[in-house]
Amino acid sequence: MPQPAVHRTVLVIAFILVFLAGVWLSASGFISEFLSYREDINYLVVQHMHLTAVSGGLAILFAIPLGVLLSRPQMGKVAESAMQVLNIGTTIPTLAVLALSMSLLGIGTTPALFALFVATLLPITRNTYAGLKGVSPALMEAAAGLGMSSTQRLLRIELPSAMYVIFAGIRTALTINVGTVPLAFLIGAGGLGELIFTGIDLYSPVMMLAGAIPTAILAILVDAFIATMAFWLVPRGVNPARR
Amino acid sequence: MIRLDNLTKVFKTQDGPVTAADRISMEVPAGEICILLGPSGCGKTTTLKMINRIIPPTSGSVFINGEDTAQLDTQTLRHNIGYVIQQIGLFPNMTIEENIAVVPRLMGWDKKKYRDRARELMDMIAMDPDAFLKRYPHELSGGQQQRIGVARALAADPPVMLMDEPFGSIDPINRAVIQDEFLKMQQELKKTIIFVSHDIDEAIKMGDRIAIFRAGQLEQYSEPDELLAAPKDEFVESFLGEDRALKRLNLVKVRDVVSDSIGTVQPSDTLATAQQRLEEYGYQSAIIMTNEQFQPVGMVLASVTKSTRGYCRDHYLPLPALVGLDDDLRKVASLMFAHGITWLPCVDDKGRVCGQITQRAITQHLGARYAMQTAGKSGEVA
Repeated sequence: MPQPAVHRTVLVIAFILVFLAGVWLSASGFISEFLSYREDINYLVVQHMHLTAVSGGLAILFAIPLGVLLSRPQMGKVAESAMQVLNIGTTIPTLAVLALSMSLLGIGTTPALFALFVATLLPITRNTYAGLKGVSPALMEAAAGLGMSSTQRLLRIELPSAMYVIFAGIRTALTINVGTVPLAFLIGAGGLGELIFTGIDLYSPVMMLAGAIPTAILAILVDAFIATMAFWLVPRGVNPARR
Repeated sequence: MIRLDNLTKVFKTQDGPVTAADRISMEVPAGEICILLGPSGCGKTTTLKMINRIIPPTSGSVFINGEDTAQLDTQTLRHNIGYVIQQIGLFPNMTIEENIAVVPRLMGWDKKKYRDRARELMDMIAMDPDAFLKRYPHELSGGQQQRIGVARALAADPPVMLMDEPFGSIDPINRAVIQDEFLKMQQELKKTIIFVSHDIDEAIKMGDRIAIFRAGQLEQYSEPDELLAAPKDEFVESFLGEDRALKRLNLVKVRDVVSDSIGTVQPSDTLATAQQRLEEYGYQSAIIMTNEQFQPVGMVLASVTKSTRGYCRDHYLPLPALVGLDDDLRKVASLMFAHGITWLPCVDDKGRVCGQITQRAITQHLGARYAMQTAGKSGEVA
């Protein structure tokens, strides 16, 4: 904080603006209308989180071993090609993945989960692979020279060293996942997208915001949650946040 | 004891096979440091890394204490060989204590034992256990990290150590300090060590034996003094440098060259006595004056004894320099050049005069070895 006085002034002005916005929103009837969607929001948030938890959880369970496998020296050039395929996969819009998934698996929760799983898989695999490949060869030579088996090297040196990067991948992936779940409504999987898209269709901005604002808050909370986990779980010596 | 028997490594490359190490056979006696020395790409590192199978040998065998290591599985073999690399390679995710305890834990020591061992090692490398054991590698300086690297290699007390340019990445001042510390430790530990270096001065300082490599072949394997005095061929000679005679000065102690007969005078002697004694010993320039305890006080110049009458105590000059018995000849030569003199008095550890060292004696000592070599060569020709 180079200039605390300026900082404080900005805070005070922001506070006043928020207060005025609240007064205006309340006077225009926005808040009471928004609160009328409370029950919908409660129900849909749970559904939304369920979609994220299942697709994200499966993606983590699948992506990390995949990244580990691809980073093994025996994989050689296969790994590079596989990463190319995954990188191309990342550029396909999630909406297109959803459409593809629907055409294969029909409508409902399963195709939505599958599409979200695929979209989440890529960043985590990529970061796991990059993190493990980034461990310095000198470190690996020292570990081998001290008599660690390849499994011991992976568990005691490589994964802890790469953990920060892997967590960064999980963080990006899950935040994107939460933000993408609303699209799942389009193939009949529910979630906060229900309020957003219905709000758009009915030209009801408040209804739309009743879906959009909780989605944004969820995304921020998930991001903060993963960041906190990374802060405590990544060993201090390889954790830039705790150096 | 480490014995290499026809150890060979052939790398398959796109341009055909390349022999990185060609039938290397050598023996390092227990408790000695053997330096593998040579230009880059000469096969010294390959040879080192074949011993703990970081590079699997193409053929040949390695014996440690008489046992063929081919019988051992790789993990067991490596647990019994300390390994230090130039890049240090401390594990950044582990504390200093965990780093040191890596091998003991792999070998299944219990917690108390390996923690005690970590403290013991910290004392040995002169670092405060309470200050450092709980810290992480990135919080230490390069020199401190490499000390920990050495401690980690010593943790399970392996009989053998392999060191790949261990002090190469440390700044010259710290490097000298760490080398000295390491040599001191080695005097007690008596490990059998193979040590790769490309620095001839480091090799002379650290090595009990030096193996010179060239293009995958072991060119010459001898003790440092022997190597400097009698390089086998032009390659070794050029690698050692044209100042190799000067480098030998590092290896010879004053003790080896000092002449114990030295004429002295005391403050109460007259200048006439001094002149007499100068003639008796054949000194041209000056004679040492000592006190009753035989400790040097100054010197009386020959010219003064001839031109003046009186007592030595009134007509002496301070001594330019003194050397101890355990100083090396490099220091002696340096002092002689600095003060423009050809002899220096030498004192024992109680500070008493015990002899003198002359430029001629140094030249003769170095020359004796060359004379032998020349004689040997002409003998071969005949």
